[in-house]
This record gives sequence, C-alpha cells and structure tokens, in this order.
Amino acid sequence: MRFKNTDGKPAFSDILGKLRMRLGIKRSDYRVNPGLYALNSPGAGSPVLVSANYKLSFDVLRAAASDLDAWILVLDTKGINVWCAAGKGTFGTEELIKRVKKSGLSKYLSHKTLILPQLGASGVAAHKVKAKTGFTVKFGPVEAYDLRKYLENGQKCDEAMRTIRFPLAERLVLTPVEMVLSWPLLLGSLSLSVLCALISGGLPVFLSLLSLSVLAILTGTLLVPALLPYIPGSSFAWKGWITGLISSVIYLLLAGISSAVFIAGALFLFPAISAFLALNFTGSTTFTSPSGVKKEMLYAIPFCVISAAAGLVFLFYFAFRGFSL
Amino acid sequence: MRYLKNVSTLTIDRKKCTGCGMCAVVCPHRVIKIAERKAWIIEPDLCMECGACAVNCRENAVSVKNGTGCAYGMIKAKLKGSSEECECDCC
Ligand code: SF4
Ligand code: SF4
Repeated sequence: MRFKNTDGKPAFSDILGKLRMRLGIKRSDYRVNPGLYALNSPGAGSPVLVSANYKLSFDVLRAAASDLDAWILVLDTKGINVWCAAGKGTFGTEELIKRVKKSGLSKYLSHKTLILPQLGASGVAAHKVKAKTGFTVKFGPVEAYDLRKYLENGQKCDEAMRTIRFPLAERLVLTPVEMVLSWPLLLGSLSLSVLCALISGGLPVFLSLLSLSVLAILTGTLLVPALLPYIPGSSFAWKGWITGLISSVIYLLLAGISSAVFIAGALFLFPAISAFLALNFTGSTTFTSPSGVKKEMLYAIPFCVISAAAGLVFLFYFAFRGFSL
Repeated sequence: MRYLKNVSTLTIDRKKCTGCGMCAVVCPHRVIKIAERKAWIIEPDLCMECGACAVNCRENAVSVKNGTGCAYGMIKAKLKGSSEECECDCC
C-alpha cells in the first residue's frame, strides 16, 4: 500500500501545535509528509483533494471533509500554506505533476479529476497538468468548509464559494504573529521608556511611555486588523496612523498629561509606529496588490521614520529639560 | 474591502483571447467577466495581482505583475537588494 490512512479528528498534540503555530514559534517545521492519504475509506470513484503540506491547511481540510471518503494528495510546499506557496511556486504545476506520477494515483481511481483549492490557482496551470498527466484540474472553493456543498453541487462552485472573504475571525487569527514579529519595536520603546525615566521623570514617565508603546503596538497589530473594513480610507498605513492617533490622544487625555512637549513627542512617535505595523499587515491580507503596497510604502515608510524621529527628539528634549508631565 | 485605486498591472490582450473563461473562473475577486466571447476587466481595483488568471490562460493573453504584496518582504528586499520575494515567516 502506497498511501497512509487518516481521519478527520485532531489529536490534542494537534491543538497544542496549532497554538504554537499561531504564535509564530517554530512555524517552519510544522509540516506533514507529502504523498497520498486515504481519508476514511475512499474507492475508485472518490474525489481527490489536493493540499499543501502545511499542517494547519491539511488539518482544516481533514476536518472539513471528516465524514467523506476521499483521497488527499499532499504536495511538498515546504510547510507553507496553499496561498503563499502558490505565490512562491511550490504549490505549483511541476510539483503537482510530479506528485501525481509518484503517488501512482491513477491506479486507485476510475476518474481523472483533481480538486484544488481556488487559491492554489496562482501556482497551478490547469492546462499544463492536463497535458502532462491527463488529469483535469478543477478549482474548488476558497474555503475548505464549503467543500461538502461543492461536492454535493456536482463539483461546482457558486460565486460566493469562489470569492475571497476576509472575515473578522480570519483577520484576528493572523494577529498574534504580527505581535510577535513586532518585538524589536517593543524592545526599542522599552529602552526609550527606561532612558527617559532615568534622565528625569522617574516612574510616571516610564509608565506613560510604556503604556503608550504597548497601546501603539496593539493598535497596529490587533485593532487595525480587527476594524479593517470600518476604518475609513484605503491605505493601510493611513488606517494605522489615524487609529494610532486616536488611541494615543485618548490615553493622553485619560492620563491627564499636560506637558506640550511630551504630547508633541507622543503624537509624532506612537501613531507612526501603529502606521508602520498596519502597513505590514498587508502581507497577511488577501486583497492587497503588490503594486498598491509598493506605492503606499513609497510615502508611508519615509513618513513613519521622520515622524518617529521627530517624536524621539521631543521626548528626549522633554526628559533632558526635566519637564513634568 | 477595497485597496488602493488604479494600481493594478492587469491587462488582457483581447486579440489573443478566445473567451474560454478560465481566467474568470480562477479569479478569487471576480475581477474578470466574460462577455461576447472575450474576457473583460470589470473590477480592476479589486485585483490583488495574484497571477492566477495569467498562469491559467493557455493563450497567454493575460499579463499581470504578480506577487504576494508583503511589506516585510519588500522592505527586506530593499535593504538587502535581493529579489522581491516574501522571505519572511509571516505566511
Ligand atoms: S483565460 Fe485567456 S483565453 Fe480564456 S477567457 Fe481568459 S483571457 Fe481569454
Ligand atoms: S491577478 Fe488574481 S485577483 Fe487579479 S484578476 Fe487575476 S486572478 Fe483576479
């Protein structure tokens, strides 16, 4: 037997692993072995679902199809999800052709159809797969949870199944990684807080700066992704900046800070941090175009850097002159 | 949700296009529509330049400068002067 068996139920270790993944810890080794898998007990007429060897993609697929009999053909995408792997070309035409041949797939089947996730289409040229293997590639739904409906529909997608949505839950699940990736900024602002506190000002200044930093980072990595569709404007950096400005102002008001120099410093620095982090969220979204990101970066990055530098000047001036909050 | 306007690099050469419809099928944002046996770009601002349409056009009628649009990756590429591929761990 050249295939492995699997079922739809995740084990406890899968749940722990998922948590680790979402936090970005050792994400790069979270893979399944490429090859052919039998989900429950498929026969010659059962559908063939193609997946990436990123464990989360595989598990989502297994769970969505848990009470179906199906074949799962796992490609070697170096542990990367379908969408990103298709962009990089590892979830690609060549790999699919190779995997179809290597697995001896056609021996087990009476049909010649492969079902791929819609988002794999940027890596796989259906007509080339057909020419090389004889298999017809069908692009199924964007989301695995629509699979059953798709199969019941006679392997047809409706418009909604084909269209990417980007709901709240999906946006939020991406935020922990963004937060973890922003640790250099947190470290930087921690040192800033300590420095300013030591120069003068002591604990109150330390606490204010630290709170503002944490707030700015949470705004850029959590609040903006969560509120994405509701924040006006289309530029991500702008969305981050305006949301960061509002959250900083609210903090300054609540904390009753009245030093003009400190306020100026805070408002130059912290919204710029949120703007930068929000801009980075473009990489996680499924509707931002590279041309757009490039255009946005052209003005947003210099703006963030200059604004943050101005903020630092004000804050150090504040500290060196020994003003009070 | 919409992103920046008028930036997509997507074009379709309608002389080559046979109207097979594949590009419209693979597009996850419903950017392309088939009418009068040709492909038309109806929502250019929804295009995320994923390249699925171009890869799956057997007539090579579609062209788009594709990529994943990852800011971290682009910054890194700028700094290192390397290719503009998403090398980060963010996806
Ligand atoms: S895939 Fe190519 S040939 Fe087919 S409709 Fe689209 S542009 Fe025309
Ligand atoms: S590049 Fe992607 S989003 Fe843009 S039209 Fe082609 S398939 Fe649609």
